[in-house]
Order: sequence, then C-alpha cells, then structure tokens
Amino acid sequence: MSETILFWSLSIAQVLLVLAMLAAVFRMIKGPRAQDRVLSLDALYVGAMLLMVVFGIRSGTTLYFEAALIIGVLGFASSVALAKFLMRGEVIE
Amino acid sequence: MNAAAELSTGAAILVAFLVLAGASLTLLGCIGLVRLKNFYFRIHSPTLGTSFGTLLILLGSVIYFSITQQRLAVHEVLIFIFVTVTTPVTLMLLARAALYRDRAENNGNVPATPDEDMVDAPPPRKRSTKRADKRD
Repeated sequence: MSETILFWSLSIAQVLLVLAMLAAVFRMIKGPRAQDRVLSLDALYVGAMLLMVVFGIRSGTTLYFEAALIIGVLGFASSVALAKFLMRGEVIE
Repeated sequence: MNAAAELSTGAAILVAFLVLAGASLTLLGCIGLVRLKNFYFRIHSPTLGTSFGTLLILLGSVIYFSITQQRLAVHEVLIFIFVTVTTPVTLMLLARAALYRDRAENNGNVPATPDEDMVDAPPPRKRSTKRADKRD
C-alpha cells in the first residue's frame, strides 16, 4: 500500500518538476533580455536539484543527495558570475 | 523500492503530501516566471520554489530516510541552508545588474538615479572630498 502511494506521488512530483524546468527553459528561450535568461537559468538549476532529491527518495539511496548538493553549489557560482558579468562586463576584475 | 515496504501507510501519505506540495510550489513559481510581464515582477516568482518548495521536498526526504534507515537523517538540512543563504545573494546581484543596465540604456521603465542628496550614503567629509580631488 505505502509502496503504491509513494510510487505514484513521486512520479507525479517528478512530472511537475520537469514541467517547471520546461517553463524555465521556455522563458530562457523567449526572454527578451539577458537578465531574464540568467533568472530562468537560476530557476532551472533549482528544479534540477529538487528532481535529484526526488530521485533519491524514489531509489532509496543517499547518493543522489550529493549530486543535488553539487548542482546547488555550482548553480550558485554560475549565477553569481553571470550577474557580475551583466553588471560589469567582466567576471574577475 | 524495497525500503518503501517498511514505511507505514501514514508515513507514506505524509511523505507523498510533502513532496507533491513542494513540487507544485516549484511549478507555480516557474509558471509565474513565464506569465509575469516585467523582469522586476518575474524575479520574485522563482523564490516560491527556492524557499518553500525546497523546504517541503527536503522535509519529505528527511522523514523518508529517517524512517527507512532507522536513524535521524538530517543531511538534507545542508542543502536547505545553502539554498536559503545563496538565493537572496544571487537575486539581489541580478536585480542590481538589471537596474544598472536599464538605467544605462535610459529607456524609461525604471526610476532614474536619485539625486545626490537623496542617496543614503553618509555626507561627504573632508577626507573623502580630498580623495575625490586627488582622483580628478
């Protein structure tokens, strides 16, 4: 019983997260300016990180947790670098 | 999914509810990213996913692993702290960059640069004026 509940709810959650990532990709393609694209990249990596956590619950191992942590760290670094680039025109001054 | 058989039905429903609520909030935030009409509106909406979406999904993960591994599994708190600390930093940098770009293009959709006496910087003292003279 609990296995069925978890299977279906986690599947639906994965579909919802993929839809969220698709919405972010749509804004990234359409986005009129560069800051919109950077913002949707930020939303995209958060969606990917949460998808990794849901994969981890589904498979029952904690391996996916580390992948999620790495996605979070690298996504933060890349978003800050892109925002700095938009502000100054260069990343490392 | 062998470990899921150890979960009681109530715990499974709790985990399912938390994960579904978190995923729905993240989807709502990204729909807002598509539908809102201005960058300064849009920058607010993905934070729905980075605050409560992340919190609920990670809470579901903590409950699931605490029950199946029969010990307190709180390593997901690391992700939550990291995301909570870094998201405002990123978005404030991005908003400042966007404001700077809009002001530099002077296309009239943002308020202009405030006057010198309205900036909340401390009033110039003798040292700072000297430094400004030197720079000129």
